[in-house]
Amino acid sequence: MSSIPSTVGNELPNEHYLNATYGIRSWLLTTDHKRIALLYLASVTFFFFIGGAFATMIRIHLLTPDGYLVTPETYNKLFTMHGVAMIFFFLIPSIPAVLGNFLIPLMIGAKDLAFPKINLLSWYIYLIGGCFVLYSFSTGGLDTGWTFYTPLSSVYSNSAVTPAVIGIFINGFSSILTGLNFIVTIHTMRAPGMTWFRLPLFVWAHYATSVIFILGTPVIAITLLLAGLERMFHLGFFNPVLGGDPILFQHLFWFYSHPAVYIMILPAMGVISEIIPTFARKPIFGYSFIAGSSIAIAVIGFFVWAHHMFLTGESSYAALTFSLLSYLVAIPSAVKVFNWTSTLYKGSISYDTPMLYALGFIGLFLIGGLTGLFLACLGLDIHIHDTYFVVAHFHYIMVGGAVMGYVGGLHFWWPKITGRLYPEAMARIAAVTLFVGFNLTFFPQFILGYLGMPRRYHSYPPEFQVLNVMSTAGASILALGYLLPMIYLIWSMRYGRIAGRNPWPATGLEWATDSPPLTENFDKTPEVTWEPYDYSNRPDLGLEVGQPSLAPAHGDD
Amino acid sequence: MVWQVTEQVEEERRVHRTGELFGQFETMDQQRESASLGMWVFLVTEVLFFGGMFMTYTLNRSTYPGIFAEASRSIRLSLGAINTVVLIGSSLTMAMAVWASQAGKKKLIPLFLIGTLALGTVFLGIKAVEYHDKYVEHHIPGPSFSFEPGADVATNAHAQLFFSLYFAMTGLHALHMIIGAGLLLWLLRESLRGRFTPQYNTPVELVGLYWHFVDIVWIFLFPLLYLIDRH
Repeated sequence: MSSIPSTVGNELPNEHYLNATYGIRSWLLTTDHKRIALLYLASVTFFFFIGGAFATMIRIHLLTPDGYLVTPETYNKLFTMHGVAMIFFFLIPSIPAVLGNFLIPLMIGAKDLAFPKINLLSWYIYLIGGCFVLYSFSTGGLDTGWTFYTPLSSVYSNSAVTPAVIGIFINGFSSILTGLNFIVTIHTMRAPGMTWFRLPLFVWAHYATSVIFILGTPVIAITLLLAGLERMFHLGFFNPVLGGDPILFQHLFWFYSHPAVYIMILPAMGVISEIIPTFARKPIFGYSFIAGSSIAIAVIGFFVWAHHMFLTGESSYAALTFSLLSYLVAIPSAVKVFNWTSTLYKGSISYDTPMLYALGFIGLFLIGGLTGLFLACLGLDIHIHDTYFVVAHFHYIMVGGAVMGYVGGLHFWWPKITGRLYPEAMARIAAVTLFVGFNLTFFPQFILGYLGMPRRYHSYPPEFQVLNVMSTAGASILALGYLLPMIYLIWSMRYGRIAGRNPWPATGLEWATDSPPLTENFDKTPEVTWEPYDYSNRPDLGLEVGQPSLAPAHGDD
Repeated sequence: MVWQVTEQVEEERRVHRTGELFGQFETMDQQRESASLGMWVFLVTEVLFFGGMFMTYTLNRSTYPGIFAEASRSIRLSLGAINTVVLIGSSLTMAMAVWASQAGKKKLIPLFLIGTLALGTVFLGIKAVEYHDKYVEHHIPGPSFSFEPGADVATNAHAQLFFSLYFAMTGLHALHMIIGAGLLLWLLRESLRGRFTPQYNTPVELVGLYWHFVDIVWIFLFPLLYLIDRH
């Protein structure tokens, strides 16, 4: 292990987790966290394309003010199913269950997660939940909005709500078990010398995410259980006709679903915190503040939920409090953005693909985060509540933030996952395409919303058509930006250049083992003697004191 | 030298090949600590799981205090009180089973487990009697629900809300009891095989934690459902 790894190797290691065993059983019954991560990768990609197909139909429908593609009822189902597929079955599991699953044991120097069988179980639970939701989609779909507000969802909707609610209820346990596994793993499985403040920030971000999984998910589970019981047995928990309280449903729903936004963005922030120092060739600025801000976001995130409900007639004191608390989330978020920017300052920056995604993330998250402050402002929220402004805002966070982080992270760790590099030039083109397509899709929606176009309507006044056409045009570019990586990443699994252990090079423990790693991850349990993101004192990686900064991994290809 | 494996770890690896250590762990201590932390984290999740329901109940109770009090008086306090004693008793026998496994009293473990199982079954039996009472009184929410003869529509609806929550909360609790009973049966089989020793008794300890948690949920359910406004 003490030999200096070459930047780019010539051949894959003889034995690694992908060729350790063969056959379909060796995958479906695997307890290897790396293989389970790949199972998740395949399944979340499947749901991403299902959700993407619905989004495509929505955007095509909105090309014209009257919308000729689908009926209004179908339109309601399209945006509902888009939200359900994307949020519960793509965004929430994407980074934690794919990248987190693959990387956390590697990053902390463990052989696996603490509970490998539970890890596999959580994938199966995800699949069972997914089957219920697909059943709902294919037997008429559902039209309640992904928020399942009662009594529409529990009494009045004539669509397949029950199987979808059951599916999401089941899927929640997949999240809970993943979070439980991560928390225990991070507490008990760290290698000798891997102290809490030597953990990569990716791991800190996942710890914070897991806390939300553990505390938030059971609440949405019980809420949907009650709503489902109400629908199946005509009970009245949330039905005002029978004395129930529909606002209570909203409180319970957002108690989970607002922190769920941080489930989506925190892991992406963890990815960015790994990419930025690697391609700026500098230790990250303010390590402990970035680590602490992840925890702060997770904690404060639990106390802001009622800002989704300013217009439900909640008391003005409650609204004032939740508005103030919502502003507070901006502080740890800004801490991160400023620290990333400071890391870039005087860095030796190279614009490899992961870095393009990271820089794109910072810009888009900044816009998404600042517009969040507009919405947290009581007076302004009355004007832009339930308009396209909200749609644009959360897509900047979820797509511009979480998905950018996910795709960037996939590129960054692709050499570790497959042992091969993706084609760099193509990947840069895709990253720029994504960025342009994304902004063209969603920036016009800020303007539309500010001008008063409500969300979830199947038609709009003719004067909004130009901006809607821009948005649809952007969506087609965006779709191209997603299809390109899908194609060349699959291509590179067979034909990509051999990456070697540490192609960038980066300082994390995951780069100190083979690419792809052994099933047991490391030949011997590593011992950590260095501080995180130290680019000046790592002779084992060829990063010695006084050396000039390294050239970018890809050079000029 | 950066990469080192201490002799102790090598020794533990040998244990792993011959004993109860799972492959992902380095030492028995680490394995024990992980399992125990995992159970505690799971119980935190469970607290929030029941918490959402408690919240729903509390809010409705404060909205309709009169009817909820009246409806709550229709469930039999004596059965609830007996069940509380039974369940606390089962926690005692469970704690004794954990003690027996840690102290190496191999023959006592199954006895205490059977005791716990028996008390748990008594609890579920009494619960079934209570449910049957409600069935006879037309207090099961649904089309045939009728709180009392001549009750107006609103009273009926609000009383039905109480019973919906009563059945949801006690039903979910009973489901946890049934899962716990399944775990106890598994422990019983393993303990009869003499698997639990002072060195290895984590499963007994963890099922014990789970059982006590389910007990504690009842300790909150009992006053919430039976005792408030009972004069």
